[in-house]
Amino acid sequence: MSDRTIQARPAAAAGALVATLSGPSGAKPKRRLSGRNIMIYGTLFVAAAYYLLPLYVMVVTSLKGMPEIRLGNIFSPPLEITFEPWVKAWSSACTGLNCDGLSRGFWNSVRITIPSTIISIMIASINGYALSNWRFKGADFFFTILIVGAFIPYQVMIYPIVIVLREIGLYGSLSGLVIVHTIFGMPILTLLFRNYFASLPEELFKAARIDGAGFWAIYFRIMLPMALPIFVVAMILQITGIWNDFLFGVVFTRPEYYPMTVQLNNIVNSVQGVKEYNVNMAATILTGAVPLLVYFISGRLFVRGIAAGAVKG
Amino acid sequence: MTGHAQAGRPNRLLRNLNAKIASIPMMLTAVVIFLGGTLWTVLYSFTNSKLLPRLKFVGLEQYERLWSTPRWLMSIENLAVFGVFSLVFSLLIGFVLAALMDQKIRFENTFRTIFLYPFALSFIVTGLVWQWLLNPEFGIQSVVRSLGWTSFDFNPLYNQEIVIYGILIAALWQGTGLVMCLMLAGLRGIDEDIWKAARVDGIPTWRTYVFIIIPMMRPVFITTLVIIASGIVRVYDLVVAQTSGGPGIASEVPAKYVYDYMFLAQNLGQGFAASTMMLLAVAIIIVPWAYLEFGGGRKRV
Amino acid sequence: MNFRAIAAALAATVAIPFAAANATDLEVTHWWTSGGEAAAVAELAKAFDATGNKWVDGAIAGSGGTARPIMVSRITGGDPMGATQFNHGRQAEELVEAGLMRDLTDVATKGNWKEVIRPASLLESCTIDGKIYCAPVNIHSWQWLWLSNGAFEKAGVAVPKNWDEFVAAAPALEKAGIVPLAVGGQPWQTSGAFDVLMLSLAGKDVFLKVFGDKDAEVAAGPEIAKVFKAADDARRMAKGTNVQDWNQATNMVITGKAGGQIMGDWAQGEFQVAGQVAGKDYSCLPGLGVNEVIATGGDAFYFPVLEDGEKSKAQDALAETLVDPKTQVAFNLKKGSLPVRGDVDLDAANDCMKKGLDILAKGNVVQWTDQLLSPDSQKQKEDLFSEFFANASMTPEDAQKRFADIIAAAD
Repeated sequence: MSDRTIQARPAAAAGALVATLSGPSGAKPKRRLSGRNIMIYGTLFVAAAYYLLPLYVMVVTSLKGMPEIRLGNIFSPPLEITFEPWVKAWSSACTGLNCDGLSRGFWNSVRITIPSTIISIMIASINGYALSNWRFKGADFFFTILIVGAFIPYQVMIYPIVIVLREIGLYGSLSGLVIVHTIFGMPILTLLFRNYFASLPEELFKAARIDGAGFWAIYFRIMLPMALPIFVVAMILQITGIWNDFLFGVVFTRPEYYPMTVQLNNIVNSVQGVKEYNVNMAATILTGAVPLLVYFISGRLFVRGIAAGAVKG
Repeated sequence: MTGHAQAGRPNRLLRNLNAKIASIPMMLTAVVIFLGGTLWTVLYSFTNSKLLPRLKFVGLEQYERLWSTPRWLMSIENLAVFGVFSLVFSLLIGFVLAALMDQKIRFENTFRTIFLYPFALSFIVTGLVWQWLLNPEFGIQSVVRSLGWTSFDFNPLYNQEIVIYGILIAALWQGTGLVMCLMLAGLRGIDEDIWKAARVDGIPTWRTYVFIIIPMMRPVFITTLVIIASGIVRVYDLVVAQTSGGPGIASEVPAKYVYDYMFLAQNLGQGFAASTMMLLAVAIIIVPWAYLEFGGGRKRV
Repeated sequence: MNFRAIAAALAATVAIPFAAANATDLEVTHWWTSGGEAAAVAELAKAFDATGNKWVDGAIAGSGGTARPIMVSRITGGDPMGATQFNHGRQAEELVEAGLMRDLTDVATKGNWKEVIRPASLLESCTIDGKIYCAPVNIHSWQWLWLSNGAFEKAGVAVPKNWDEFVAAAPALEKAGIVPLAVGGQPWQTSGAFDVLMLSLAGKDVFLKVFGDKDAEVAAGPEIAKVFKAADDARRMAKGTNVQDWNQATNMVITGKAGGQIMGDWAQGEFQVAGQVAGKDYSCLPGLGVNEVIATGGDAFYFPVLEDGEKSKAQDALAETLVDPKTQVAFNLKKGSLPVRGDVDLDAANDCMKKGLDILAKGNVVQWTDQLLSPDSQKQKEDLFSEFFANASMTPEDAQKRFADIIAAAD
């Protein structure tokens, strides 16, 4: 079972662990067309319709011309497919004097997301490792604050963080933004990693200790390779969160680093006469494309990763 | 906790030194940002700071004003309604979907992707799409009416009595997929033998879920609760994108009050007082629980 | 990416003839992103680029509500832009007091701003402790009722000449399936509409007593009760608007879906972009056709203190350019607002703008609530009126009581 999808070879050990967890465990259905099956699939299909409807409307709308949108209903497929809105959203929609659509922000989003994701995950994984395997006095105190921190609304923290960044001279820079993302990603990620490392067999750690391995040696040689499933989960969560962020991107940086979401906001909110719903929808899909792609590609690993780690407390 | 590093305890500070060094970023974040930021906010909530923070103390004035502001009271009420429903429905829908997915069904991957993909989209996008779907002039209402059911009335975003449910629909759409995944992962972590034993004893399926499986999934529920609840307290973008708090003040939420008064009204003191109330509420509910759950005293698997 | 290079190249070719290639980039932030607004900003940018510098546009969409926090954070965070828009009035007061904003007195003296800028209250809003800190660019007046001629024709009634006629025509409009009054959902729109009703129906003196002297007794009195009565009418007439943005509401008037809208003169830019002609396709009633007074709200640019000497020079150049007669004409024609100086010629102005200019020349002006009230009191007022307009069960009496409380506590 484990060899089915886990692609990375170093994860073999973790894969073995996942294997025991990943099969469906519910009661086995007996017959193909039992009333029970009809109920199960019926419910799933109804639910699927609710989840798919908005995406369908988004795609369909983005392919229509404005006259058709004004006349028709939002669910009807386009009579005449046009990619104009997509082109416009990507390269020529205007805000103020800048008429270069979303393309301006795409690379900025990449430049923000990659370092923020890597750094926040590295730090959180080390935190989790220290918290579960090397507990020191007071560690719980910090961890409790961190968990409570997960509940603090971002808006509340803007002002203090502006001051902190100003004092260390990083306000308005890319590094400043990376730090902010690392800070706000830390609570949930640390929780995930801590739970994951706590669920690994204790003997592994003990054996390494007896062999004389220290803090970093155990982390890099044993824990890191074992933690691949949870790294995937953390990566997915962070890419999604950081890519979709608007508030921090706009408050803590300067325009040359504005992420794509800022352009999205600009396009959607700059009404020039009539709202161009087709362009808005195309812009929306384009902005969501990267996280969506990540989900479609690694969605299966996501559930496995969670199954392997987050569920053990 | 499974790890043990406290075997011996000579020279306390140096013991575990590497772990302490490695935890510096965490300590700094916890103490400087979360704790420091909180204390700073509380301190300045007693001042009459306007656009810039200034230490001119006015006692409890900001709090008196806060609690006599209709909009704040409305925000609290909305958060309570939204919070309760969103918690209950997220867990319910998430669990039911997960339980269905766990029945060795076909197309599991497809269904999972369908349920999970909205989570990849931001609240801003979610808000926009649902604003569009729920718009009475061309959304669901108008489409159903054009099919012949002319008295069909489904206009949550422009009706102040039910607007908060319009936001709830969008929030559930975005978030339940993740809950489903977490629950599914939890179900997959349950030993098959337990099911077998339950079947041998002739316990009905629903009883097995309620009395055996769910209690065994406690850790999953805790992780899920942290994620859902923190999302509820922070709800902001979705409201802004969907209704901007309207119609009127019918869908205002506390985080938006904080932001609006800090930055739009340029009354930091008022914004900080509202923040402090939010932090206080979080602290009263979360801190004792978090300490019990994650604190030193208890030992769990 | 490519765009940058092209833009830079273009800018360079424009700049060289004027100045010896030492173009300084100056980032200017503002929230002008609707069709008419963007066209107006382009005029400012063109004029500034012609001085040999380069306007780097930092537009943030979503009206001042989204943009202002970002601007303030950047200024207080120590990474300020070159220049930024604020409304006339008290929004930047504390930034100036904290020494974060640049003193423009020299530029103002050189350009003789004290003489040319009218009404004088505009420059007063920019002046703190005798020094001038901002360059006003336009006068926006809120006190306009925009009417769709087509909508009234369809309903079979004459286009109203004042507020009362408009209220009287509402049932006919409704019968024809037209929303009588378009009011967008954003809070500033409802609160602005109320202020307009007050100034137009209760008159300048009452208006100034309430907002200038913060006289809570007047605010609780019979004159204001009348205004709340009118607001109640407006609330009834606005039922069924179902849009958020002001220009979507304007668009309802343009397309004849709504009879009218109380909105500032910036709405004019939208009519213009839609190719409509004042008098023929739409009508405008300054002061709601009752009391022809306009307020002198509007926009001004502030210049944060920068360390780079070159940039400071560019800031001076921008401040000069903004007030320059030629820029004033080009910008304000596109924006639909009135110029801040009386010595310019606005032949190209349309009927509605001319009406505004007339009133301005007569001196029937009053300071607007942005200048009279703190942003805090403004926000409280917005909360009250957005609730009032959305909640039909809130009586005018209750609303007036709360209004008087806000005025009593206002600063």
